[in-house]
Amino acid sequence: MTVSPPDDSAPAIEVSHLVKAYNGIPAVNDISFTVGRGEILGFLGPNGAGKSTTMRILTGYLPATGGSVRVFGLPVASRAEEVKRLIGFMPENNPLPEDMRVSEYLYYRGRLKEVPRSRLSVRLDEVLALCDLTRVRHRILGQLSKGNRQRVGIAEAILAEPPLIIMDEPTIGLDPHQILIVRDLIARLRGRMTVILSSHILPEIEMTCDRVLIINRGQVVAQGSPAALRREFLGRSAYELEVAGDLEVLPAVLGQVDPSLRLEPPLSPEAGQSIEFQRLRVVTDREDDLGEPLLHALVAAPRLRVRGLRRAEPSLEDVFLASTQRSWDVVDGAPRPGGA
Amino acid sequence: MLLVSPSTFIAAVLFLAIMGFVFAGILESYSAAPQENSPASVFFQYFWLPVFFMVPLLTMKCLAEERRLGTLETLLTTPVTTTEVVLGKFGAAYFLYMLLWASTGGFFYVLQHFAGDARFVDRGPLIGGYVFIAVSGLLFIAIGVFASSLSRNQAVAGIGAFALLFGLISGLSFVEGMAVLDLEVLRPLKEAVAYAQVFQHLEDFSRGIVDTRQLLFYLSGTVLALIFSILGVEAKLLHG
Repeated sequence: MTVSPPDDSAPAIEVSHLVKAYNGIPAVNDISFTVGRGEILGFLGPNGAGKSTTMRILTGYLPATGGSVRVFGLPVASRAEEVKRLIGFMPENNPLPEDMRVSEYLYYRGRLKEVPRSRLSVRLDEVLALCDLTRVRHRILGQLSKGNRQRVGIAEAILAEPPLIIMDEPTIGLDPHQILIVRDLIARLRGRMTVILSSHILPEIEMTCDRVLIINRGQVVAQGSPAALRREFLGRSAYELEVAGDLEVLPAVLGQVDPSLRLEPPLSPEAGQSIEFQRLRVVTDREDDLGEPLLHALVAAPRLRVRGLRRAEPSLEDVFLASTQRSWDVVDGAPRPGGA
Repeated sequence: MLLVSPSTFIAAVLFLAIMGFVFAGILESYSAAPQENSPASVFFQYFWLPVFFMVPLLTMKCLAEERRLGTLETLLTTPVTTTEVVLGKFGAAYFLYMLLWASTGGFFYVLQHFAGDARFVDRGPLIGGYVFIAVSGLLFIAIGVFASSLSRNQAVAGIGAFALLFGLISGLSFVEGMAVLDLEVLRPLKEAVAYAQVFQHLEDFSRGIVDTRQLLFYLSGTVLALIFSILGVEAKLLHG
């Protein structure tokens, strides 16, 4: 019983110039973005950036102060009832009624979401199996472990098979093993449902999401695939070398391979001869892979010994720090010491 | 949620225990000396006792707890409206309230069974009393739901409900007796207060007088309290 969206051509989510103010203080300030169907979008941002507020507005729970939000072409503000049928939402910290049992709760939520009774019991078994909850189906929610609670939240979100799933911090407070299970679960939804999730765990977002949206101080500071963001914010690739020998010739060797290659930080004047292997960092503005010519040149250099060469992948964390730092700078007009 | 939560059962046990004691006390006074009124009409005179403690206990959790736990958010992101949520909470609490009162019917059954004398169980006041409980219960429960919509703290909601009910039931009968209302200028106010005497309503119902003005008082009060509850929930959404 997949709920089918009314308009087949509209993107899953269209947000334009969204503003939300609490008592005159803007929490979300002119955010615009679009999410295609079947896409998995990650929301990133420091605490209080407006992620949860944006998600709540998308679900129709909170009214926006300004701007428009369309879900599968339906305006959330005027047709909230229909929009709510298209969304499975798991709020931050996944609040659950403490006194109910797992299967009771999911049955009750299924009825609330208008899943027909005849379909519900079958669907309940499917969802319990999918989320690995079959063993705890008769347990009381208040006595569940954090990992099981989170999985009940995910089970609840996908129960009515909505075309859009919104999850606020689905992996918060889970151990690495449970995170892996949740990540698997989300990966299984790929292609079937559009998913938006927020997380603090950056590798998590990087592994599961097709596209990332970084929000800071209520504004979108960056969006794109993780790889595109790296290019935009860090702009260059880096290589890590482990070399010994006459390090003074190193800049010249690098220059022969490509003029843009340079050591960062530059060699200290006293480096000179080194018997011990040293770890050095080489950066370039070029995006294509210079690894092979670099390795050839280093091996060919007579007075250098090479033990390792590795292309350093900047993590999403670097992108996150760089992009939020940049937006702090824009807002404050001056660089802040110590980063974002 | 009402039927699975322990506080419901505590309220139910308390209610039946206290009403049982009241009923036993009434019978004892009947065995000691002849009385003017039937046991049923005396029994319903004590309706305020369970209303003061049971209505707050039944209703204080309904919206306050949902908001404190954050489950109100998950509830309102399903295809239900705030109005449906408030009406659902009200309906459940009212159903339970009536169920508990209905169980006191057992007292009269036991009395009739063992006394074997129909005089003890006078049908008129009995039916009148239950009709009064059913009609006034609408307003009392709606007031409890309204108090619960104002706070995320159950205790505050419970005390709020108690204060409002106390003001309605006891406060208004106190106001009626105030000398200042005898002033000619305040005559309309005196009349209005005289209409809103809950104990007077009970007496009328017990005698079989069903006044539409009284029905209107409870029904309009219920509707008003429920509208304020809905606004209470939505106002918190708008202003965080």
